[in-house]
Amino acid sequence: MQSTGQLNAVFGALADPTRRAILARLTAGDATVAELAAPFQISQPAISRHLKVLEQAGLISRRRRATARLSHLEAEPLREATAWLTGYRAYWEESYDRLDELIAELQSGQDDDTD
Amino acid sequence: MSKLTVTAEPGTPFIETTRDFAATPELLYRAWTEPELIARWLSPKDFAMDLGEYDVRHGGRWAYGFTGEQGSFGFRGVFHGEPSVEAGILQTFEFDGWPGHVSLDRITFEPHGDTTTVRTWTTFQSVADRDGMIESGMEGGMSEGYDKLDALLPELKG
Repeated sequence: MQSTGQLNAVFGALADPTRRAILARLTAGDATVAELAAPFQISQPAISRHLKVLEQAGLISRRRRATARLSHLEAEPLREATAWLTGYRAYWEESYDRLDELIAELQSGQDDDTD
Repeated sequence: MSKLTVTAEPGTPFIETTRDFAATPELLYRAWTEPELIARWLSPKDFAMDLGEYDVRHGGRWAYGFTGEQGSFGFRGVFHGEPSVEAGILQTFEFDGWPGHVSLDRITFEPHGDTTTVRTWTTFQSVADRDGMIESGMEGGMSEGYDKLDALLPELKG
């Protein structure tokens, strides 16, 4: 579950149109800094600063491949970035875990009845 | 059993959840409709459920509350149609602390061999209701964030 700080980081990361465009490009697959900079009239260091913001928000992960640094889209924080739904999800997960236990209990009771 | 999925597309007034259980639809329907059973599982963590009415038939009323260290709060609504294992359950849902913001819940029990998928489909009166935008300082920021998610999510879904 995301903390308020993490949610703020996600929304802050999304507040910039270049960063949103970078995320959109990464839906097509991982990309190097050069590949991500290509569509924009901005420098690679500027792109790198955007990538750092996205990485800190947990929206991308980065790894090395030979001499390149590849960025990878991590979509889960985006899907989770609705705070109200975080509580809603927790409510249902906890309730359904208890329902698992209840049905196991009811089923073992039914098995006993058929003995 | 399987992980809970929660789907709430930005810009829509819906929430859908699915969850698989190692049980028959009949058993799950019982757990959902028998008052003694529902009180044993449906509640937030660290809260106990106080079940009021629970009359599962067309026009039947339901009400329950939760009491915990953080206080107590209640919900209520009415069932519609002919609740059954095959048809599922259709009910209104209102939080006592937010009167008038009534949502509509549909719960179905889909058998798949040895398991059953329980699907809930909730329809709120507006996107704002769905997003829980009770008056708070965060409204502006969240709204802005949602607009951006709205624009971005269709592209990310692939």
